[in-house]
Amino acid sequence: MFWTVTQSLLGGLATTFEIFILTLLFALPLGLVFAFASMSKWKPLSKLMQLIIWIIRGTPLMLQLIIIFYGPGLWLGHNIWSGGESGRIAATVVAFSFNYACYFSVIFRGGIESVPAGQREAGQVLGMTKSQIFFKVTLLQMIKRVVPPMSNEIITLVKDTSLARIIAAYELTFAGYSFTKSDGITWPLFYTGVFYLLFVGILTLLFNYIERKLDYFK
Amino acid sequence: MAILEVKNIEKHFGSTKVLEDVSFSLEEGNALAIIGSSGSGKTTLLRCLNFLEKPNSGSITVKDEVLFDASASEADWERNLRKKRLHFGMVFQSFNLFPQYTALENVTLAEKLLAKERPDFKQRKKEIFAEIDKHGEELLDQMGLSQRKGHYPHQLSGGQQQRVAIARALALKPDILCFDEPTSALDPELTGEVLKVIRGLAEQKTTMIIVTHEMAFARDVADQVIFMDQGVVVEQGDAKEVINNPKEERTKQFLTRYSQEN
Repeated sequence: MFWTVTQSLLGGLATTFEIFILTLLFALPLGLVFAFASMSKWKPLSKLMQLIIWIIRGTPLMLQLIIIFYGPGLWLGHNIWSGGESGRIAATVVAFSFNYACYFSVIFRGGIESVPAGQREAGQVLGMTKSQIFFKVTLLQMIKRVVPPMSNEIITLVKDTSLARIIAAYELTFAGYSFTKSDGITWPLFYTGVFYLLFVGILTLLFNYIERKLDYFK
Repeated sequence: MAILEVKNIEKHFGSTKVLEDVSFSLEEGNALAIIGSSGSGKTTLLRCLNFLEKPNSGSITVKDEVLFDASASEADWERNLRKKRLHFGMVFQSFNLFPQYTALENVTLAEKLLAKERPDFKQRKKEIFAEIDKHGEELLDQMGLSQRKGHYPHQLSGGQQQRVAIARALALKPDILCFDEPTSALDPELTGEVLKVIRGLAEQKTTMIIVTHEMAFARDVADQVIFMDQGVVVEQGDAKEVINNPKEERTKQFLTRYSQEN
């Protein structure tokens, strides 16, 4: 039985990991784009971005996931998500990426705005272009400042992947819970918890490493 | 022939006039000190020269090239803004060194980025970077910092940081080097080393504009001085003459108040 549960949970972990990695991959750059949009001097854009962020942060991620998974099929008359597990994962990644990009954008904006104006001005008087100033001067200082709040969000993301269960994606929590339903046993639930703890433990080590790596400047 | 011609510069933030009809010129190889109490517009004037602020009217001409003319269009202002800025170097009150780079990297960063625009960059990248590093090391050496080139800003004292900032501003060989109260953020015992470096630059006939509260320094090092009050130039002329024998009542009051406080 232990072996069966382990195998099943490993299968669930693979899906959880897939959702996690793909979400990060899309949400990190998208979050930066959203951050710039929300700081835009062109008012319609920054207002629109603030509206989107308000809606996304103001409603449950589970609700957003349900709408994104079922909405297109009901509005367009045909499902844009391919049937089966891959379609469910794709819908989850889309919903999660958008949701997390909004949260990330607020953190990124804070990070960018906390870099003193004097840094940009020093770049300007040295004849640097806007993009050179961002990539060569601001970015690393911003990253250093956002690592602690980002580690919070990213750890939350690990656990939020369990929401994918609502559209029947076979992720880690689903895998563990299935034994409680079918066999009436609870220990696989605790075992599932251990998987999450290990996942988050590795991430924590990784964040500590990044913080130490960026410790060389103040 | 003057290297810098500033004519009728005006700047207001909203309804507050910060600069009013400011005109002066500067000869090549001369040092100009700008003195005046806080809020007199000295820093704003320097920021206008470095195109960190856009004046509302007037013109700025360097080496007969009109860099700014308020009557020109917005597009003219934007065009070559980067190139125009390179005529001026700027040393900030709060240093503004890049914390993630070493002293040497701070000095060479902009020059290396500019080198990428050179047509021979791809073929000669290594040589070009080696030349730039050598130039940067020479500048740090000149600042008495050859032992500190691998240090990060937070590992340096305020005086050392400001000297790195001076080397960084010199690296791009600006026509005119501007200092915005270069010693105001320093502990008193560290101002000497920075002032000594600036004095050395004056002896080498570096064209400079120095906003300062160090009156004795301005008198000894600068060739010309401008006294500003409430956004207008009250008095300008030979540095020793103006500081030792001011003609205008406001200048006299400022200098008297100043000497009483120090």
